Amino acid sequence: MDNHMFAATELNQKNQRTEKLVRLLFILMAGLLILPVLIILFTLVYKGSSILSIDFLFTNPTNGMTEGGIFPALLGTIWLVVVALIVSVPLGIAAAIYLSEYAPDNWGTRLINLAIINLAGVPSIVHALFGLGAFVVFFKFGTSILAASLTLAIMTLPVVIVATRESLQAVPHAFREACWNMGATRWQTIRRVVLPNAVSGILTGVILEVSRSAGETAPIMFTGAVFFSPFLPQGVMDQTMAMSLHLFVVSTQVPNVPENLPYGVALVLIGMVLIMNSISIAFRMHLRGKKKW
Amino acid sequence: MVSDTNPVKLEIQNLTIRYGGQAAISGVNLSIREHEIFGIIGPANAGKTSFLKAINRMDMFDSNMRVEGNILFNGQDVRKLRNIYALRSRIGVVFPLPVGLPMSVYDNVALSARLRGIKERAELDLIVERCLTRAALWDEVKDRLDTLGSLLSGGQQQRLTIARALSQEPELLMLDEFSIAVDPVTTMRIEDVLKELKSEMTIILVTNLVQQARRLADRTAFFLDGGCVEVAQTEALFTQQTRDPRTRDYVEGRFG
Amino acid sequence: MSRNHAFDQRNLDWYIDKAVQALVFIGGISAVIFIIGIFLFITKEGIGFLINTLDLQEFFGSPYWEPSDEDAPEYGILALLAGTASVTGLAMLIAIPFSLGTAIYIAEFATGKTREWLKILVELLAAIPSVVWGFIGLTIMNPLIIELFDVPVGLTVLNAGIILGLMAAPIMTSIAEDALKAVPDRYREAAEALGATRWQVVFKTVLPAAKNGLLGAVLLGVGRGFGETMAVLMATGHAVNIPGSVFDSVRALTATIAAELGETAVGSDHYQVLFTIGIFLFLITFLINLTADLIVRGIRNS
Repeated sequence: MDNHMFAATELNQKNQRTEKLVRLLFILMAGLLILPVLIILFTLVYKGSSILSIDFLFTNPTNGMTEGGIFPALLGTIWLVVVALIVSVPLGIAAAIYLSEYAPDNWGTRLINLAIINLAGVPSIVHALFGLGAFVVFFKFGTSILAASLTLAIMTLPVVIVATRESLQAVPHAFREACWNMGATRWQTIRRVVLPNAVSGILTGVILEVSRSAGETAPIMFTGAVFFSPFLPQGVMDQTMAMSLHLFVVSTQVPNVPENLPYGVALVLIGMVLIMNSISIAFRMHLRGKKKW
Repeated sequence: MVSDTNPVKLEIQNLTIRYGGQAAISGVNLSIREHEIFGIIGPANAGKTSFLKAINRMDMFDSNMRVEGNILFNGQDVRKLRNIYALRSRIGVVFPLPVGLPMSVYDNVALSARLRGIKERAELDLIVERCLTRAALWDEVKDRLDTLGSLLSGGQQQRLTIARALSQEPELLMLDEFSIAVDPVTTMRIEDVLKELKSEMTIILVTNLVQQARRLADRTAFFLDGGCVEVAQTEALFTQQTRDPRTRDYVEGRFG
Repeated sequence: MSRNHAFDQRNLDWYIDKAVQALVFIGGISAVIFIIGIFLFITKEGIGFLINTLDLQEFFGSPYWEPSDEDAPEYGILALLAGTASVTGLAMLIAIPFSLGTAIYIAEFATGKTREWLKILVELLAAIPSVVWGFIGLTIMNPLIIELFDVPVGLTVLNAGIILGLMAAPIMTSIAEDALKAVPDRYREAAEALGATRWQVVFKTVLPAAKNGLLGAVLLGVGRGFGETMAVLMATGHAVNIPGSVFDSVRALTATIAAELGETAVGSDHYQVLFTIGIFLFLITFLINLTADLIVRGIRNS
């Protein structure tokens, strides 16, 4: 007797064909999302790499910003990011520790979580308005690195909180209980067992924050970053140039700019961001192989 | 032989523990005397683990758990203490599920001493070796004390947990079904150690293995359905001099 | 080591623990303080306009935005609203199918290395700063659109819509992927046991189960589109009008603030109305995020 029982029925074959088509469709979609970006990146490199050099990075701009380097902007971005980190990292880690280790399951905690989600969703220009109204005007810091960095810090706080909280919560609860049973206080347990095992998540959050702060323009535009400053910043109350603002102005408001200049600035900015994120990704992948429990 | 003249280490008065609306334990009264091994036997879900958790105030971390009644440790009400961590540091607990902390074996066993402020390397070395030896683990790890405790085998992690509890130099050691995760030979070794430790501390031994209670406990309590049915000298329990027929049935394996 | 029986004494560790508890609590409520602070400060700066000059009908109904006209300033944001809406709408039209498709592919079909690499690429895409996207719109998309469609101007709804779509897609992909991963495997296994192909399993079982999370992803994308500033500023041109087609130039709400704030005097009417737009943006994105969170939480509670 013929063994028709396991032969592909017509319905089966149709299903297989649909399956193949659907897979193809999805691969195309993913491809269409990524391909244009790759093309764009390629164009950036093609048009901007000619201006890149050590000089470009480390000398000052000349001739009305149409020639020379971008050093003050690079330095300014570093200033802004570092000050923002100093404020947001301790605050963010504290908040994450509270949420992961102390917070009871009630409406107050839900309110905090809601505030974090909203803080992350507020448009960057609204953060800029807040920074202007609060730090520049009300607290009288004037347009300064301090005002701009505080604005950046508040804007990127959710990133640190969420990354830290997730890595804290990944530590198994049994470890905490074992410590508590021995008479360790909550803080002793956190310090000796929980936090050390969450460092990778914290680092991820920090790198993410650095990457976002370096790229943001609106929040620093009215609070401390300027397009042209004759001096390098000496302290947090000074104004400063910044990479992101530099790109904006050079590509929209400066006439007679050689074509490769703005492309070069864009390339440096995107290069910074991509390198930082790649380090974070590589770090995470490396850690995944080193299981500790 | 533990006589009635030994001071009372732990006094339990009218203890009731509830989770939500349900009572896991109700109206338990007993006293545990210094330097005795006090056995607690009974079928699963009889409230034995909750009992232990209430003693060292781990109910603090479970918002569902309500404790009523009095627990007096060295005569002091454990719910009126000003420094709860000091209490827990004097009580060592071993639970059925082994937990090796994600630090070196050495650090695992040195942790309690470090928490109490001991920093001298020589002193820590001594504590680590003594506790690991008593936990029947020293020989297996003495050449690799820097291995991560969380990466040891299940049986090794359980012995590590016991070593940690011993490193607290506790006045009261509570073991909750410790032999589930350990092989029979090692169980025997640890039982021998417990018999020696009796002279240094008081021990509560919760066990499903009725014969283990017979081997080790001076007195034994039988818990059933959230209540303490009876407490008696262990020998009496096992030689049919029980007051309650249910005890005899359980001991003889007719249920549980 | 000796133990005294007077053991119930509070030591340094006890006090440190209490201090830490207080410190982390402050950290915890800081987010709430900041979000309230943001609302308070932008309201404070815009309150003058809100109380004295605001004419709701004109504000929301008039397409004439002339805040610096000395004689008869007009504060109609209808055209700006239309600008934001049209760009966001187009962006969503592009982003939703692509991000959903990519998320489904990553979560349900791709395996091993392909999966790893796709996730990495999506993550790197999400990291590109908005000013760089704006630059791309200005210098690459602009001439491209002029050539491809034979139109005079390339800084249009189409330009910003595509850019914004590409910007929002990676984030929506991540959230959608999380939503799909949250569907328990037993749903898939049950369908497969009945002989369904992979695609049928996804379409008939996983997608319906994940719909709350997917909806949340879409909403978050919309919120992002509404709030995006630099990219839209650089890619839409500066014409304040209600667009008739995707080839018209527009001005978005966010871009308006960014473009005009620098030229206003602190405290002037123009300054205050820009803050008022900020209040409006804050409230809208607050609502969108609140809704998205409630929807996504809806699955976790059920």
